[in-house]
Amino acid sequence: MISIWFFIGVVLVLDGLIITGAAVYGLVVPPAPPPVLWGLHAGLWWGLLILVMGAIYTVKYAPRRSGRNHRD
Amino acid sequence: MVLAIGFYLKRRAESGEGFFLAGRQMTAWVAGLSFLAANLGSLELMGWAAAAYQYGILAAHWYWIGAIPAMLFLGLVMMPFYYISRTHSVPGYLKLRYGEGTRALSAVSFAFMTVLMSGVNMYSMALVLKVVLGWDIHFSIWISSLTVAVYVGLGGLLSAIFNEVLQFVLIWLGAALVPVLGLIEAGGWSGAVAKIAQATGSHSYTHLWSTLGSFGDNPMGINWFGIVFGIGFVVSFGYWTTDFLVVQRVLAAKDLRAAKMAPVIGAAFKMLVPFIVILPGLLALAVLPEHLVGETRALATGQSSYNEVLPLMLARYCGPGLLGLGITALIAGFMSGMAGNVSAFATVWSYDIYRALIRPGAEDRHYVAVGRWSTILGVLISIGTAYLVMQFASIMDYVQALFSFFVAPLFGTVLLGMLWRRATGPGGFWGLLAGTASSIGMWAWVKLQPSALAIIALSPRAQPMAEDMYRGIWSWVICVGVTVAVSLATRPRAEAELAGLVYGLTPIPAETDVPLHRRPIFWAAVVAAVFVVLNLLFW
Repeated sequence: MISIWFFIGVVLVLDGLIITGAAVYGLVVPPAPPPVLWGLHAGLWWGLLILVMGAIYTVKYAPRRSGRNHRD
Repeated sequence: MVLAIGFYLKRRAESGEGFFLAGRQMTAWVAGLSFLAANLGSLELMGWAAAAYQYGILAAHWYWIGAIPAMLFLGLVMMPFYYISRTHSVPGYLKLRYGEGTRALSAVSFAFMTVLMSGVNMYSMALVLKVVLGWDIHFSIWISSLTVAVYVGLGGLLSAIFNEVLQFVLIWLGAALVPVLGLIEAGGWSGAVAKIAQATGSHSYTHLWSTLGSFGDNPMGINWFGIVFGIGFVVSFGYWTTDFLVVQRVLAAKDLRAAKMAPVIGAAFKMLVPFIVILPGLLALAVLPEHLVGETRALATGQSSYNEVLPLMLARYCGPGLLGLGITALIAGFMSGMAGNVSAFATVWSYDIYRALIRPGAEDRHYVAVGRWSTILGVLISIGTAYLVMQFASIMDYVQALFSFFVAPLFGTVLLGMLWRRATGPGGFWGLLAGTASSIGMWAWVKLQPSALAIIALSPRAQPMAEDMYRGIWSWVICVGVTVAVSLATRPRAEAELAGLVYGLTPIPAETDVPLHRRPIFWAAVVAAVFVVLNLLFW
């Protein structure tokens, strides 16, 4: 069975890409009015963190690479 | 993704054990996270953030003393009996221990409570989508709940568990930024405490225990006795150890050690949940410029209500991408909560009502088909109850009332069944019936005559939250009293029949050959130590 952690990795990669993309777009075209603490660019850092975590989980638990059945 | 998981897992849910118990193959981590996620519905996220805004940090008691001791007790003391008896449900255990009558009573009340809870969750979810996205509330209810019906109906408990773990991760990622940014804006915890005191004109909103000396000293109108024995004992032990919605996840564990470890892992994460639920509600007191009001007043005046505090905080800090993630977290919370209710309802309906009372002796695949159809039926009934819930002013008070109707007395019945070999079948049945009936009776009494609250909660200054706690305590006491009295007056069962069901008559495998760091008792001690430190820290 495909590991649940693989599914989670894929979802995180997709979410990370969307959030990072939206944050980069926000740097170019800032929303009006901007959210509170907009200057911290939390979306960019958070999106990148999610993307990296997702990539690690996707690669680590990918079915073709694991070569074993994960029941979890 | 959730639908894809449902389709992917369908072929693994063709047998009864596969559909209703996920084949009993889950690791401790998956069972533990699913155990917690099934409880972490959108109601939990929004309702307790609202309660934190309304009552302050006292709301965290529902996560700490109102959960941690009970979860550890489930893992270390009760799980062996559930697991060794090979039961498929909590009513199933009651059948083995007390007989068919107690099972039927418990199964019917559980099925009723489950679909009501599911409706509450659904309403919370639709409210979020209405407030934040402006979606039509009816459209939201139908689309999101039918999605759950498809993936649970296809893949059964396995699909529900897989999606719950996935949703658990999404909930954390979507909600964790709000308290971080809120703390930055408020100037750290000390800055937030000062601002909350200024906004509320009281210091009691940021203390867990020091204001519980009497009912009038805190925003919740409750005292330490109600918190410790109401939430900390009767209600939380009732919910976390006998509510099949959560226990079902642990029964899916691959072995007894995983089944004992899962609630301990769940407890460790449960301690952290106030960070994403209670803290945003508290920070809203410090940073939101507007004042939130109760649901009834909000509907009348057009102001924002307490229940909207989490979406408002999300909108305050999050740009388009992050806001999407936050909404995803709330939708994930809704789905995990609803899937938990629906999969538990399907199991209890199929095994403990349909098979026991309507059509015994059919083939296994027939019950699987009934399970799939009852999943859809459960969703449809939940949709109906969601519309009912719209009539209630406060979501959380409603849920607490339900808990004290069914869960508190059930804990008395299960506890005596596991720990007292003299408890008999008639004792269990009449005790459970008396406890449940007395709880509903007390609730109706206060509804008809509000001054009765002072009698039930033992104080004229008690408020509705205290009523729920004290009603739980009374119904538990009545259940235990009647069970003991009737048991002593009736003939006990032979001890040989109680093997595997009762403490002292059940051989529980020793763990002496397992290293200390892999034993559930070791990690339970670690969790208990952190729990004590947290309570002292926010005393």
